Amino acid sequence: MAKVQMTVNGKSVSGEVEGRTLLVEFIRGKLELTGTHIGCDTSQCGACLVHVNGQAVKSCTMFAAEAEGAEVTTIEGITGKDGSLTAVQQAFQDYHGLQCGFCTPGMVMSATALLKDNPKPSEAEIREYLKGNICRCTGYHNIVKAIMAASGQDVGAIAAE
Amino acid sequence: MYNFDVVTPKTVADAVAALGEEDAQALGGGQTLIPTLKQRLASPSKLVSLTGIDEIKGIRTDDSGVLCIGGGTSHSTIAGEGSAYPALAALAGNIGDPAVRNRGTIGGSLANNDPSACYPAAALASGATIVTNSREIAADDFFQGMFTTALDDAEIITEIRFPVPEKANYQKFEQPASRFSLVGVFLAKYADGVRVAVTGASNDGVFRWSEAETALSSNFSVDALDGLSASSDDMIADMHGSAEYRAHLIGVLTKRAVAAAG
Amino acid sequence: MPKDHGIGASSKRREDVRFLTGTGNYTDDINARGQAYVHFLRSDVAHGRITNIDTAAASEMPGVVRIFTGADFEGIGSIPCGWQVTDRFGEVMHEPPHPVLAQGKVRHVGDPIAAIVADSLAEARDAAEAIELDIEELPAVVNMKDALKDGAPKVHDDLPGNLCYDWGFVEENREAVDKAIKEAAHVTTLELVNNRLVANPMEPRVALGEYNRANDESTLYTTSQNPHVIRLLMGAFVLGIPEHKLRVVAPDVGGGFGTKIFHYAEEAFCTFAARQLARPVKWTSTRSEAFMSDAHGRDHVTKIELALDKDNNFVALRTDTLANMGAYLSTFAPSVPTWLHGTLMAGNYKTPLIYVNVRAVFTNTVPVDAYRGAGRPEATYQLERVVDKAARELGVDPIALRRQNFITEFPYQTPVAVEYDTGDYPATMDKLEEIADIAGFAARRKESEAKGRLRGLGVNCYIEACGIAPSNLVGQLGARAGLYESATVRVNATGSISVMTGSHSHGQGHETAFPQVVAEMLGIPEDQIDIVHGDTARTPMGMGTYGSRSLAVGGSAMVRATEKVINKAKKIASHLMEASEADIELKDGQFTVAGTDKSVAWGDVTLAAYVPHNYPLEDIEPGLEETAFYDPSNFTYPSGAYACEVELDPETGRVTIERFSAADDFGNVINPMIVSGQVHGGIAQGVGQALMEGCVYDENGQLLSASYMDYAMPRADDVPFYSVDHSCVTPCTHNPLGVKGCGEAGAIGSPPAVINAVVDAMQSGGHDVTHIDMPASPSRVWAAMNG
Repeated sequence: MAKVQMTVNGKSVSGEVEGRTLLVEFIRGKLELTGTHIGCDTSQCGACLVHVNGQAVKSCTMFAAEAEGAEVTTIEGITGKDGSLTAVQQAFQDYHGLQCGFCTPGMVMSATALLKDNPKPSEAEIREYLKGNICRCTGYHNIVKAIMAASGQDVGAIAAE
Repeated sequence: MYNFDVVTPKTVADAVAALGEEDAQALGGGQTLIPTLKQRLASPSKLVSLTGIDEIKGIRTDDSGVLCIGGGTSHSTIAGEGSAYPALAALAGNIGDPAVRNRGTIGGSLANNDPSACYPAAALASGATIVTNSREIAADDFFQGMFTTALDDAEIITEIRFPVPEKANYQKFEQPASRFSLVGVFLAKYADGVRVAVTGASNDGVFRWSEAETALSSNFSVDALDGLSASSDDMIADMHGSAEYRAHLIGVLTKRAVAAAG
Repeated sequence: MPKDHGIGASSKRREDVRFLTGTGNYTDDINARGQAYVHFLRSDVAHGRITNIDTAAASEMPGVVRIFTGADFEGIGSIPCGWQVTDRFGEVMHEPPHPVLAQGKVRHVGDPIAAIVADSLAEARDAAEAIELDIEELPAVVNMKDALKDGAPKVHDDLPGNLCYDWGFVEENREAVDKAIKEAAHVTTLELVNNRLVANPMEPRVALGEYNRANDESTLYTTSQNPHVIRLLMGAFVLGIPEHKLRVVAPDVGGGFGTKIFHYAEEAFCTFAARQLARPVKWTSTRSEAFMSDAHGRDHVTKIELALDKDNNFVALRTDTLANMGAYLSTFAPSVPTWLHGTLMAGNYKTPLIYVNVRAVFTNTVPVDAYRGAGRPEATYQLERVVDKAARELGVDPIALRRQNFITEFPYQTPVAVEYDTGDYPATMDKLEEIADIAGFAARRKESEAKGRLRGLGVNCYIEACGIAPSNLVGQLGARAGLYESATVRVNATGSISVMTGSHSHGQGHETAFPQVVAEMLGIPEDQIDIVHGDTARTPMGMGTYGSRSLAVGGSAMVRATEKVINKAKKIASHLMEASEADIELKDGQFTVAGTDKSVAWGDVTLAAYVPHNYPLEDIEPGLEETAFYDPSNFTYPSGAYACEVELDPETGRVTIERFSAADDFGNVINPMIVSGQVHGGIAQGVGQALMEGCVYDENGQLLSASYMDYAMPRADDVPFYSVDHSCVTPCTHNPLGVKGCGEAGAIGSPPAVINAVVDAMQSGGHDVTHIDMPASPSRVWAAMNG
């Protein structure tokens, strides 16, 4: 066991971890921040996506020990203290960009990272960027639409509800 | 996962020292190694994380115009800052997905030498030099079959030096599940000839397609490849494609690379 | 103007807020004080005899609480099957035992052998490796045709031939169908595979068992679509725990798609072990474990023959199907290739004679059961592929051939038992032609060809049977459960409402859509109504959510309960206003007396029900809470027409979906936004089946597609925006909402459209290819064109 210290959602946290403790296990288990999910074990589904030092990272494919001193942001950390939603979160609700909700935290964190780098991504850029986030419910239609809307683009012409 | 210690040295020297212990193993970005550990397919006693070593990160161009990339540089950094070698930057920007690219490193990918990885094709086609803490290894000598390289235990890739070609292009045909290369062809045209490296296809890992190199070195055009076909001997056959299919794709992708390289 | 509340409004989903902020409560988010963790040691061979298992050394490993093996489950019940099929000779199916932990033999890769309970998951996994296990490997049967051969290895020692049942439907039609096919002007024959799939809800399965010694109660938290069904099956058949001592909770569930209907060994184990150890026991599946322990879907091999007369009218249809059951019978497995498949073989067409033969086969593979659509995608795929092939053979337009044979009069009694109540197939086809711009296809094909690509157009229809089901009917067909649904509408004193429903929401948005219905009926705001679901301690006995049944059956129960509430409230209102009950009207949350200006508000009546100072106590009881159980009188029959346009790169065989259009008739629609979302998701799964997904075993029964590295899940860049429409409405005639169900349509209707399009593209390039099996992966398409 070794001690690890990091800043999660603006709060300094520390804990004892084994070498093999994954960042996601630390977040879910030790910190009880259960919004970050585990959907696979081959680093593909993206349900565990968080931001580490401002970058999108799959927290199931990084050891907690490697996050020593890092700034980590999870889905719980982007929501306003008063419960207010970010533009991305709000657009996901407005455009029905989620169903079962399990991939959603990772999807929102991924979309948030995308819009930071690329404030007005095209449909193709969004689809490309989301390659590492698997959703089984929505067929991606409303996720892509929500991200376009969150970036201020007119989505009125996109077919259907 | 079996248990192990994780250490995070700040210098190459400390990392090499740590790797001297029995069953210690280097940990790059971990994007391949960690899933492998989850399956309990490896049991290191200690993982030596290289992500905290700043001296092996970054991109520079040396006096002779060679692009030098630190072994610990992430794919996303190369995609964003590797514009001196556009085909290489484009390759880096299409590995895995954005989150994987933020963690995965070029050194880690080359050291692992996955038969379907992208970077080995770039390094081999570019005639790159793989620099370690102890020596310089030519790409032609570095790759020694799938998951096998010239690296010794406790040897760390510190830098990869890419001579920048006149023209280059990488064509990746993705395996639909993993999004690794089902076949990838990296083509690089230098003053002294054309090099063509193929990944994803062979049971022996990345290789150079010498017939295509000869044809293209004397006539750099799509037509020069007419009638050439890669042999399907020793090609990988799996649920995603037969050996014949992979061999066929090598021809198709090489032609497309020539056309795209202009 | 679209409505902004009530039935027909696209109300935004209230459940989204917790999911978007990371405050959902999925089963793995629940941790019990002092819980232990279980890791299952699973078979790594497909078929073998356990000759030795010694857990002594492993039991001494750090953190180990106890290791269980099959021996600990002797005398404990077998995992039950919920449906007994009777074969065409009148014999009941073979139903081999399905132990919680392997007893003597292992029958598929992933079959659980031992369960290691430890203080941490890592310690449990470490200890698993210290178990001494010897397995004598036996030859495995993987391919169904091989399994049926004389002398084939026996998956179950007392079942030679590996045949579960040989089902014929309608058996009395058999000879007439044979004769019609023999005498037909044209017969189109097609052999095809409906590929084995893995459902892959993004949340892996989880089970957490608890035991309270103080009152002898067990609680199971589980990722289930139907907690009452789990309580019944596990309590009554496996563990012998009476229902009043067993609570099953399915909290937020991250998708199901059928694979979370079934009762699984891990659920029984955690409940059992928690009692044994008097300590909570938790299991969380990894994705790799899910691939070898979640029930798979589809896996049919079919020969279908369609006979036409000289005027291209369909005269007879005959199918011969092998259906893979895997190594054991999962909960509803026997019903999927039979009653959920054979009864749909008429499709949208007035084919007068149909005979369906299905042989269900045991193999050394993971059990196969319902996956989104369950039987109906298999029926639709065969039928719509053979119709398309017939059109090409006859040189007629595939849409025209379909239109010519459409059923146009309702109700329509099919030759395969079911009676369609309503539908308008020409209308959905008209709508499809409009939204898909079929007329513009030729120009788009030219554009593709100019880029060196082939372009194909595929069209198909579908019909499905939803709203399962009339209990007396399914009872006759072998179901061991009723298939009604329940609801309790609990009106509180201040007028707010909790609706306890037996339906379960795991992405469908019931928490939003169900209140829209009640709000419409009562004329009160939606936000005064909450839905409670997923907990046997809080909801009446319900059968859960699958088969697109929630609104048609569960919603109907809720309507019936709400009607009872309204009737009683009117009695109270009539008392309060001193008027005749017959004159009381309820509108916009106000009770009025017809022809007068008298009124009392909803809240005054509900308060009177709980503070009955001025109340007709001699006639009615205080309180305002009603329960209804609704048992449907028929299935519902959603239908539609789908179109897919693909581009095909002839050099690589890669197919991309360029356009996808769906025109559905779901009957009345409560929340159009949610309905469209259901169709989108179904289409992506259907496209996945058609182009990408396939569960692959090698000849030894090793699972090759065992993770997302090899099982190709559709991602955002594999699909386009879809065009979906559900404006064609023929309301269901036999449920109070006139609704039909929309959850599976996309997955049922899309695979044939994709494959029809791929075949069209190949043929447009001059390739003489009449069929390609799913998934039409690049390598397979290339091989078909260069074969």
